[in-house]
Amino acid sequence: MKLSDKAEEILESMWIAIEEGGAKEAGYDLLGISPADPALGELENIGLISVESEYVTFLPAGRVEGEKTIRRHRLAERLMMDVFNIHGDSAESKACQFEHLLDDGVDVKLCTMLNHPSTCPHGKRIPPGDCCEEARKSGDIGVVALTELRPGESGEIAYILTEDSKKMQKLMAMGVLPGNSINLMQSFPSYIFRVGYSEFAIDTAMAREIFVRR
Amino acid sequence: MSEPVKQTMKVALVGNPNVGKSVLFNALTGAYVTVSNYPGTSVEVSRGAVTIDGAECEIIDTPGMYALLPITEEERVARELLLKESPDLVIHVLDARNLERMLSMTLQLIEAGLPTVLVVNIMDEAERMGISIDTRLLEERLGIPVIAAATARKRGVAEIRNLIVNYQKGKPVEFLYSPRLEQDIASVADTLRADYRLSQKALSLLLLQGDDEVAELVDRNEGENSRTVAEQVRTVRFERRESFHVDLSMERKRVVTALLAGVLQLPDKRKATTGEMLSNLAVRPLTGVPLLLIVLYFGLYKFVGDFGAGTLVDLLEKQFIEGYFSPVAIKAVKWLIPWEVIQELFVGEYGIITLGIRYAVGIILPIVATFFLFFSLLEDSGYFPRLALLVDRIFKKIGLTGRAVIPMVLGFGCDTMATMVTRTLETVRERILATILLALAIPCSAQLGVILALLSKAPGALLAWGICLLLIFLLVGFIAARLMPGETPMFYMELPPMRLPQLSNIFTKTYTRMQWYFLEILPLFILASVLLWLGKITGFFEKAVDFLEPMMASLGLPRDVAVAFIFGFFRRDYGAAGRFDLLSKGGLDPRQLTVAAVTLTLFIPCVAQFLIMKKERGMKVAALIGIFVSVMAFGSGWLLNQVLLVTGWL
Repeated sequence: MKLSDKAEEILESMWIAIEEGGAKEAGYDLLGISPADPALGELENIGLISVESEYVTFLPAGRVEGEKTIRRHRLAERLMMDVFNIHGDSAESKACQFEHLLDDGVDVKLCTMLNHPSTCPHGKRIPPGDCCEEARKSGDIGVVALTELRPGESGEIAYILTEDSKKMQKLMAMGVLPGNSINLMQSFPSYIFRVGYSEFAIDTAMAREIFVRR
Repeated sequence: MSEPVKQTMKVALVGNPNVGKSVLFNALTGAYVTVSNYPGTSVEVSRGAVTIDGAECEIIDTPGMYALLPITEEERVARELLLKESPDLVIHVLDARNLERMLSMTLQLIEAGLPTVLVVNIMDEAERMGISIDTRLLEERLGIPVIAAATARKRGVAEIRNLIVNYQKGKPVEFLYSPRLEQDIASVADTLRADYRLSQKALSLLLLQGDDEVAELVDRNEGENSRTVAEQVRTVRFERRESFHVDLSMERKRVVTALLAGVLQLPDKRKATTGEMLSNLAVRPLTGVPLLLIVLYFGLYKFVGDFGAGTLVDLLEKQFIEGYFSPVAIKAVKWLIPWEVIQELFVGEYGIITLGIRYAVGIILPIVATFFLFFSLLEDSGYFPRLALLVDRIFKKIGLTGRAVIPMVLGFGCDTMATMVTRTLETVRERILATILLALAIPCSAQLGVILALLSKAPGALLAWGICLLLIFLLVGFIAARLMPGETPMFYMELPPMRLPQLSNIFTKTYTRMQWYFLEILPLFILASVLLWLGKITGFFEKAVDFLEPMMASLGLPRDVAVAFIFGFFRRDYGAAGRFDLLSKGGLDPRQLTVAAVTLTLFIPCVAQFLIMKKERGMKVAALIGIFVSVMAFGSGWLLNQVLLVTGWL
């Protein structure tokens, strides 16, 4: 069952109004649709929503579908901003198009790549998926920036994320190479870490760019 | 097979910062380069000639480099030497404790086809930590000579010397990367036609890493063909745009790991040394700040201030010079030279002997000597990088990074020397900001010594002076950082282990710095005496004092202080010394003293510092800084005087 793009957007708007906004039902004007919209019929026919005099409410299966849809949308937003570095309206409209591609497990892959984010760039909650739950249970908190480690904690360097290739070379020359183990010794006023038998001090901006697997 | 023996053999020492290259240089040549437990000391290349077993050698010490691909200015200098001078032997010095990390550069040197020898240095400390290294096995695997050494303890130096004269270039082992990378390298190498000092493989890798200098070199040498090369480089770089740097580093790491299997044995647990515990105290704000205050109190206040500017000055200036030297000199001059005017030049009020040499030797020398001793001690203990990380956050606010703490502290010794050291800062913006602050708010040791001695008689005045300078330092830095465009650069620094400095090293270093300082200042002191003498006999001096008088009056200072200001123009510390004279004769009250001290500390940098500013930053920037500093100095002095008058604090 693949919903039309329009139907997915209706589910998202309903989710925001009903589940997050606390409304009991959502009106057509709020959803920006006309009573004749085929997407309404589509959703009603497969038993996701019920329609009553210009107002729609979730049926149990619809609530589940709505949660999944909003999750895909917000994951797409994170992708635009965190990875593609696109901001503003253009990010929003790209995310709206992109979310519809996130089916057949692509959402799980994206979620894992983004390290199971819990909020969208606007600070709204991303409903956790099964993958998030699993990751939490297995205790694999994945890859985090060096700034997230507690002093005394060790990890393995996963990758360096910087746009400045000079900085990357400098870090690598210091022994910050994927696969090397790193020990954070102190985080204030500067970050001090040990790789091998050498100690280095770096500022917060650089520490943010070193990603470590705990 | 054997080449004709060359006249002089060129031997280059290369390696990471702080692995003991300079110590080895000194051990080999007997000459002296500044050695310290601080990364980035040798900004320039040092050369020393030495004869080993009848063979003439030129030993070249290079600034620290992490890889063949340069990033910082120092690395560029070091790499240029390898590119242009084709040394007969390249000695790669590395730190045994970090063999795994640093061996990557050995591979790069071998790969470049350079006649490389590996010195695994600091073996003593590595052994103490329980690290064992089979250098014979490593030698076999690399196909180049490997020497285990501890150059600070003279271990291995004889073998290195022996190797230099008996070195025969063998056939080093070739290391292979993954087939794909090898193919990419070959695709670029195959387009190269000209002859180079470095191997085609190394050149291709540097081109692929986006090395502008090598690209330019290749461009010059290839002529017509250069477009083909550039095209191929562009193609491969684009194909591998995702992660070429990381891939290459990972491939090198893989080679190193394979090479070290069975060579390197690490202990199960690392032991915390006393140095590490001290290091922990120094880097935590809660203990680091008190430690800094203790260091400053005992080092600067007690040792430089009390002992240097007090006891030693008293001994040298009062007892020796005024008691014995001057009377004899005056007599001798008066006996030798019959003309009174010329007598004045040597032994008059501003005479070369009675003023120039008395100030230079009697007052400035002991203060500067004690400061440099203190500075060298801190430098060699490894304290500075820790101080740098402690202040980085604050320094970021004034547009600098923690790195700038070294020139700032050195400025308390000699601002001129410190202005030269600002070269080690990464961006032009940082260098200019540091130069401004050095010129304005950092008093040099001679000023400091004299001011501490003067103002210690009035504790409130000392406090007011200190607060004023700190405020101006932060405020000017804060505003300047906002007015000057540009980003605040990143801060990163290797923390060398803290260790007990070697006394011989400290004394030689202090001596070298003193020598530099003295050679630089003594002529200026003599020149100042001559100019002041000229000014006096022509009446110009009186006119200048007259000219400054209204300014002095607006600061609430007596006319005589103008003399100190005029001295100060020739040499900051000269002005300070001049004030010393004035007070000893009991001329100023605490308020006047504070105003004069603040104004003079801020006032225009000495002639030498101005010249260095011009050399390092260019005339325009130097002139602007000069004008700004003068306005700031008198403005602040005036304001302070008003505040003190209104509040009646002093």
